[in-house]
Amino acid sequence: MATPLNLKELSKQEIRFTAGHRLCAGCAAPTVVKMILLAACDYPVVAASSTGCLEVSSCISTYTAWKIPWIHNAFENAAATLSGVETMYRALKKQGKIDRDIKFIAICGDGGTYDIGFQSLSGAMERGHDMLYVCYDNGAYMNTGIQRSGATPTFADTTTCPAGAVIPGKPQQRKDLTRIMAAHGIPYVAQASPSHWPDLMKKVRKAIETPGAKFINIFTPCNRGWRSRTDDAILLSRLAVETCFWPLYEVENGVTRVTVKPKEKKPIVEFLKAQGRFKHIFEPGREQMIEAIQQAIDKNWERLLKEEEISASGEKAE
Amino acid sequence: MIGWKDIPPGMVILEAGSAMKIKTGSWRAAYRPKWIEENCIHCLLCWLYCPDNSVKVKDGKRGEFDYDYCKGCGICAVECPGKKGNKAIVMEEEVK
Ligand SMILES: Cc1ncc(C[n+]2csc(CCOP(=O)(O)OP(=O)(O)O)c2C)c(N)n1
Ligand code: SF4
Ligand code: SF4
Ligand code: SF4
Ligand SMILES: [Mg+2]
Repeated sequence: MATPLNLKELSKQEIRFTAGHRLCAGCAAPTVVKMILLAACDYPVVAASSTGCLEVSSCISTYTAWKIPWIHNAFENAAATLSGVETMYRALKKQGKIDRDIKFIAICGDGGTYDIGFQSLSGAMERGHDMLYVCYDNGAYMNTGIQRSGATPTFADTTTCPAGAVIPGKPQQRKDLTRIMAAHGIPYVAQASPSHWPDLMKKVRKAIETPGAKFINIFTPCNRGWRSRTDDAILLSRLAVETCFWPLYEVENGVTRVTVKPKEKKPIVEFLKAQGRFKHIFEPGREQMIEAIQQAIDKNWERLLKEEEISASGEKAE
Repeated sequence: MIGWKDIPPGMVILEAGSAMKIKTGSWRAAYRPKWIEENCIHCLLCWLYCPDNSVKVKDGKRGEFDYDYCKGCGICAVECPGKKGNKAIVMEEEVK
């Protein structure tokens, strides 16, 4: 029987990512990994990560925080690496050399996913490998010193799009990777946040129980890069959901469902003002920048609700 | 000191969870969390949210902090619902 997703039962399970890792105090990445592995607690898991904070800080020298077989290859190829492992597993299973039901999970940063690892991810998903790819999205290349990525939000200050007299932080909009992955037509795609842990764990569980290629994008605050407090990772991820900056939804066999709808949609200012990377947009005369961010969020949220409506009516028609 | 000859080929680490040998509790700078048991409702959110597995739980009940690894981030104190508005975790000045 599957372990129930409540904390009393889950706390009896082994946490397969140990303390002693060297991620910063208050980093959300280890909490996200812990939630993923707890949701998968009924299975042996083989994982891979691309180069980045999680990878670097979990396997320094001969010290590993992983209690599962875990592979680091390079920055751009976690999906290709894990596809190879999964293919080998299938071959060995066919030959009767393995009989266990093993789950394969890639856990990679946004730089390694949205940008440099995108083609290997897209290929692995298109080939339909039986694996779950999770992106822990902290919105920049944090490990190398906060460089902008395709996931960096508009107007955020990073070391390669520094807010100043020339540009107001990142001039471009974020890439909507979750939608791009949904467009691959794979059986399961979702967005999750550690603040809403039951939703996150249900999604991970649903994903690993679904055969084929799956993708989940998880919001993962980084206090060093966001210039925020060390104690606010969960608080900020909750605000991201409540402001609809990071909508919680899933696309299951082409059907879109918003899994958490905020009772009251909070203004985006509440999310922005807690982060030093947006400090410059609160200077007098820059009100239209906040307005532009709000408009983009509203538009995206409306579109998502409409998409949900259309796919629900499409389901009924079938 | 481990030399390169002691490391298995391919930089494979054979001892699962060997990071536990690194006591990251030494990172705590200004603050450390303190558990106030009478305000605790044993919801275990602190156990779940702690990035450094520094809240002990036994038989579904919350136990003490593990100061060997706690980095003093304060997430547990922010997220603790406590009892009737009284937090069961507060951050206090670190004593070395
Ligand atoms: C091909 C290649 N280019 C650049 C690097 C340097 N590098 C290592 S990690 C990293 C950033 C990782 O960013 P992300 O994937 O978002 O993970 P994060 O560190 O933010 O968690 C970069 C640029 C590399 N290792 N390999
Ligand atoms: S820089 Fe950010 S993502 Fe990297 S370990 Fe520190 S808090 Fe985590
Ligand atoms: S979060 Fe607070 S109330 Fe809940 S178990 Fe931890 S200390 Fe107790
Ligand atoms: S202060 Fe941070 S590291 Fe320490 S127990 Fe609380 S959440 Fe864990
Ligand atoms: Mg990143």
